[in-house]
Amino acid sequence: MASVRIPAQLRNLTGGDRVLDLQGSTVSELIANLESKHPGFKERLLDAEGEPSSFVGIYVDGEDVRFLSGLDTEITSDSEVSIVPAASGG
Amino acid sequence: MSKLIALKCKECGREFEVGALHVCEFCFGPLEAAYDYDFIRSRVSRQKIEHGPRSLWRYVDLLPVERGLDPDFPVGFTPLQRATRLGDELGLDRLYLKNDSVNPTFSFKDRVVAVAVSKAHELGYDTFACASTGNLASAVAAAGARAGMDTFVFLPSDVEAGKIVNAAIYGANIVAIDGTYDQLNRLCSEIADEREWAFCNINVRPYYSEGSKTLAFETVEQLGWRTPDHVVVPIASGSLYTKITKGFRELVEVGLIDSQSVRISGAQADGCGPVAEAYERESDLVRPVQQPETVAKSLAIGNPADGRYSLAIARETDGTIASVSDEEIVEGIKLLASTEGIFTETAGGVTVAVLKKLAEAGRISEDELTVAYITGNGLKTQEALDGKLSVSMTIKPTYTAFERAFENQRELALV
Repeated sequence: MASVRIPAQLRNLTGGDRVLDLQGSTVSELIANLESKHPGFKERLLDAEGEPSSFVGIYVDGEDVRFLSGLDTEITSDSEVSIVPAASGG
Repeated sequence: MSKLIALKCKECGREFEVGALHVCEFCFGPLEAAYDYDFIRSRVSRQKIEHGPRSLWRYVDLLPVERGLDPDFPVGFTPLQRATRLGDELGLDRLYLKNDSVNPTFSFKDRVVAVAVSKAHELGYDTFACASTGNLASAVAAAGARAGMDTFVFLPSDVEAGKIVNAAIYGANIVAIDGTYDQLNRLCSEIADEREWAFCNINVRPYYSEGSKTLAFETVEQLGWRTPDHVVVPIASGSLYTKITKGFRELVEVGLIDSQSVRISGAQADGCGPVAEAYERESDLVRPVQQPETVAKSLAIGNPADGRYSLAIARETDGTIASVSDEEIVEGIKLLASTEGIFTETAGGVTVAVLKKLAEAGRISEDELTVAYITGNGLKTQEALDGKLSVSMTIKPTYTAFERAFENQRELALV
């Protein structure tokens, strides 16, 4: 199972859990599983068109999925997935 | 009664209590300091400011902290100098330079950090950290050292040697990351979630970024309480650009000036110019740059947090956001030094090169009162000039040798 690091802003959805182990062979499947366990993630992570929101980054092993295959990016059981708010830096 | 009332989401408008948080937990939009402008209006006057300290703390009534933690550190109130020779070169009759390379650690980042360290102290933190492209690292390291705080600075490992030295000397813990700024920024967001540290440009970003407004305040005061017609500002994350704009608008809001209509133009490098590229495409969508490749490393942010807001400002104010090549950046550095005696870092080269480009394209007219922001010192990025400058002549220590070499050189120059 891939490990998913939850940012502080969304830990209220996970009952305070920081890291979750989740099934899924793509980012899209992972988000669906996350949503079924902890409702509320999908609307935070995806925009109205179902694409990743521009205000949040989803990273697989440190790489932004926008530079990989987006929601179709493949996940393995060793993958480290991070969800990180975009509004920082500079 | 307090001047700072809340942190407000720039996207959905939800308000949050003042604390160490930077994004809206509902929509992930960035949070921004929201003030009671009527309260501030009743507190400020031109006279009070003019009698204030000769630093950015003369504008403390317009900043999101109760007081400056370290008012003796001479940050801000830097020279606004008339640039006649550069203006002649570019065909601009009323050109000024805001020279922020003379701050304590030689860049504008001392301003934002002065506000951030004050807020970090107010909120009870004892560790001060940042994700940096270089200049922020030295500002954080110096301010943290003076405040007796532990400091951690995270930098891309390919940053200029001068930037490492300028941070390490103050005793900071330096963490070099094999990756881009955007990657290390993401890592720092994760660290900020787990540790009780004040990260300048993460959990205290809404306060930190407000420090940049003082560049607008000073410009207006130094021009005799009038706004410029046009400004040119470098863009990395877009924070400086958006906050300079906020600064001009707030001066009207609190009654220090009657109105303003400053045109705000932005400067990026071709090798990492996602905001300029979106401006050119007439799009609101900033396409992130995965692998920035430019000599202007301090502007190498591929995924600028305030990119979209910068585009909106450029369009609202009839400004332009343009980018320039590495060659033009180096020429910009040389042009500024040879006309005005200011040696700026690569980001300043970007600003001067874009100023030139906009003047040549007629996007800045010759009679506009224009201010270009020179944000950092050239000694930090000497690598950009490697092999591009040389000794005029090397001779034996005799008068005859000098005469001969001098004549030879003059003959060569005449050919």
